[in-house]
Amino acid sequence: MATLVILIVFALFLTAIWTGGYDKQLLNRFRSHWLWDWITTVDHKKIGILYLIGGAFFFIIGGIEALLIRIQLLVPNNDFMVGDTFNELLSMHGTTMIFFVAMPLLFALMNVAVPLQIGARDVAFPFLNSLGFWLFLAGGILMNLSWIFGNAPDAGWTNYVPIASNEFSPGTGIDYYVLGLQISGIGTTMGGINFLVTIINMRAPGMSLLRMPMFTWTSFVASSLILFGFPPLTAGLFLVMFERLFGANFFDVAMGGNPVIWQHLFWIFGHPEVYIVILPAFGVMSDVISNFSKKRLFGYTSMVFATILIGFLGFMVWAHHMFTVGMGPVANSIFAVATMAIAVPTGIKVFNWLFTMWGGKIRFTTAMLWAVGFIPTFVMGGVTGVMLASPPADYQYHDSYFVVAHFHYVLIGGTVFGIFAGLYYWWPKMFGHKLGETLGKWHFGLFFIGFHLTFFIQHFIGLYGMPRRHFTYQPEDGLTTLNQISTVGAFFMAAGTIVWLINIIKSARSAIPAGNDPWDGRTLEWAISSPAPEYNFAQLPQVRSLDAFWFEKMEGNKKMIPAEPLGPIHMPSSTHWPFIMTIGFFISGLGFVFRSLEVGVLGLILVFLTMFIRSFEQDHGYHIELDEIEKTEKGANA
Amino acid sequence: MSRGKHLGRLLFVFSMIALLMAGCEEPAKSVLDPQGSTGEEQLTLIKISIYIMAFVFAVVMVIFIYVLIRYRQKPGDDSIPEQVEGSTKLELLWTVIPIILLAILAVPTVATTFSLAEKPSEEEEALTVKVTAHQYWWEFEYEDYGFKTAQELHIPKDKKVYLKLTSRDVIHSFWVPALGGKTDLNPGQTNTMTIDAKKVGTYEGRCAELCGAGHALMNFEVVVDEEQKFDQWVAQRQEPSSQPQTAAQERGEEVFSQNCMSCHAIDGAELERKGNKAPNLTGFGERDKIAGVLENNDENLEKWLKHPDKVKPGSYMPSFDFLNEKDMKSLKAYLQSLE
Repeated sequence: MATLVILIVFALFLTAIWTGGYDKQLLNRFRSHWLWDWITTVDHKKIGILYLIGGAFFFIIGGIEALLIRIQLLVPNNDFMVGDTFNELLSMHGTTMIFFVAMPLLFALMNVAVPLQIGARDVAFPFLNSLGFWLFLAGGILMNLSWIFGNAPDAGWTNYVPIASNEFSPGTGIDYYVLGLQISGIGTTMGGINFLVTIINMRAPGMSLLRMPMFTWTSFVASSLILFGFPPLTAGLFLVMFERLFGANFFDVAMGGNPVIWQHLFWIFGHPEVYIVILPAFGVMSDVISNFSKKRLFGYTSMVFATILIGFLGFMVWAHHMFTVGMGPVANSIFAVATMAIAVPTGIKVFNWLFTMWGGKIRFTTAMLWAVGFIPTFVMGGVTGVMLASPPADYQYHDSYFVVAHFHYVLIGGTVFGIFAGLYYWWPKMFGHKLGETLGKWHFGLFFIGFHLTFFIQHFIGLYGMPRRHFTYQPEDGLTTLNQISTVGAFFMAAGTIVWLINIIKSARSAIPAGNDPWDGRTLEWAISSPAPEYNFAQLPQVRSLDAFWFEKMEGNKKMIPAEPLGPIHMPSSTHWPFIMTIGFFISGLGFVFRSLEVGVLGLILVFLTMFIRSFEQDHGYHIELDEIEKTEKGANA
Repeated sequence: MSRGKHLGRLLFVFSMIALLMAGCEEPAKSVLDPQGSTGEEQLTLIKISIYIMAFVFAVVMVIFIYVLIRYRQKPGDDSIPEQVEGSTKLELLWTVIPIILLAILAVPTVATTFSLAEKPSEEEEALTVKVTAHQYWWEFEYEDYGFKTAQELHIPKDKKVYLKLTSRDVIHSFWVPALGGKTDLNPGQTNTMTIDAKKVGTYEGRCAELCGAGHALMNFEVVVDEEQKFDQWVAQRQEPSSQPQTAAQERGEEVFSQNCMSCHAIDGAELERKGNKAPNLTGFGERDKIAGVLENNDENLEKWLKHPDKVKPGSYMPSFDFLNEKDMKSLKAYLQSLE
């Protein structure tokens, strides 16, 4: 506690000195700094970019962890990173990639695209949006601090008890996992609620539910999965936290507990989580494929209902992760059949994508290449998914490299390909310039080949008897060559990612303006300037059809028909409270990790204090005046 | 640009060769080459699902490749394609066909799920073995014969073996790929599974649920013998030769009683107590492997005794590097003499 106070005072002194000494101008100097602008922003487009930076940062960390894992598996009985270190690597790799890469990068796309696609000026709760981002970042940083302080989580991203209990994982590792996820989970839940409300309430005139772009639809369903899926995780994490910090006995058999409860809670969250990260990617694919085939999405209505059905069934199948737990043949059969049923709506989607391209005029831009590469890859992951749904077969696949191959086909072939497609597609709308197409194709090529090289082979590694999460194998197992190929593939993927980073820097340097509508777009976001102005739409557009902008273009209009006269636009003010509230959560989390209850409570007091201040703050936002809007619009059209 | 294409092709060829090379190696334990009826039933189901899914994948790929070639935009063609809304007929088609395919898969799935869960009948005279998993070793208790062993599960050929599986610490999972799929071993719960083997041999087993630092080396073996040989083995376990024969072995027994006895047990030896925290070492000299990992020879035994943690990370066994050379030699001699 005392250490903390000293550290805080010291940090304040240092900031004051570095920024030019403490005087009356200090606060003003803070406020005029560009960083302050980003910290306090409530603009969904800026928050989207923040999510992108955060997600990309953790993507690199998670990727390095993956490479270390593959290096360890290069030769049998390697002693590069064994035992607990290896377990820490695989746990942090999985947790990071799911919670701090896939989720934030999808939130980045949702923030950038959804309000624009539905013709809104911002999200419904800009404050929550900002808070959600900062909480995600705080959770991610908190968990990764475990590398620096030693003792990273080592019980897998699934964190099964009793291996995650004090007895078998002493030290602070699992506490980082529990508190890091708890904090970022609050942020995610807020994000989900925010997008639900935004999509329900803030659509432009004429944008009926069945005129919404597919990405908006999938974001909507994914958000509702977040709303129902995260509470079980929160509850489960609380149980683990109370067991570890305060000696509760929910999972301890000797005290009448049951470790299988955690598995149920985790997977009641965990399976919908899979759809939370795949559905928005489906949405990106639908938009990208339709756009670059110059065709309306084939079977739009059935696509919408397939999405809803996948979301609904997603809650009925969690126990297929637990076929070997010993639930008995009745439960196993029910969950098997329910799982197989999901293949039907997913199949509908795949065929609809194929027939969207059928008869179209396909342009192979980089965004479209990711979408095209996605189809066979994702179908591969999907068919192995059906194979896994059969319990007797699953007894063999379960927890072997076959499963590792399956979920990487779905999560990389589906989610990551989708994210990359979305980034190449919306990059001009985010930054005003495209990502380079030539480097983009190299990025795709290296990553695609590397991906299949790494993971196709892992199906066989699994069938030849290698369980997942093993830090080594024996020379006589006959797995050496296969593992080496897999490792080589991983480095191809790393090379692809490096090309992507180079591409970002190069295209930012040259920054060739892309124009408002670089892809001959179909949806509303392409009707406004790039990057989008602060207020998005000077006048809210009147939506007359699905693919609203395309419809107007076909009618011979260059712009959307406005639904309101030009007038002053009401905007929410920037606020620093989300950031300060997050600092409260972060201090609290760190306090509990180090088993210092005073610091933990102090952090929570800071949280409640900021909530209190926020509740009584009189802030009605501000207006952008007419002449300013006219000036911006003129500049954009010139 | 053409250089880029060239390199792309090269990469493709390279990856294909890599895939081919991978086929040359012979895996030691394979799901695809089952040696018992449980594994065979599971493989049948795996095959059914692979055939159905290969068909689905092929259909998708044919349409996919056709579409990509046929409908790519040709240079100079700026016409706008017809904006098709959908087709009820087609959409019904790719809803109904998958349902039928899944029904074809679901029926044997459910049937096999139930048949695999059945307990062997009285007439089959199954051998019952209680399997208890520990961090990071396996205990096999032959309840019918009244003895325990570790790391090697001996079973007779062509006989059903009914396993009762539980754990004493964390969750583990019992997997012998060549004989059948996994079953978890949960603390405070007993799961069951039935296996059998149709061929004499030694089959590799693994722990398949992350159980801690030594998870990757929590290996075991299933040794399948003709019934007669198995009966001999049982008799040997019931009446083991655990008495030291030479002076060195006698000293070894003493060292054992001073250092090892509180955790390890040896049936038939004159020891004050039989520890149950670590593997039962009766008949240790006949085992293939030390700790399930190292080949059982003198050199490896010393390596293991001196630094167990270096061989198997997280192992609870303390290191015995403080024993003097003579004691170490005697201990090894005694352990190797156990039959």
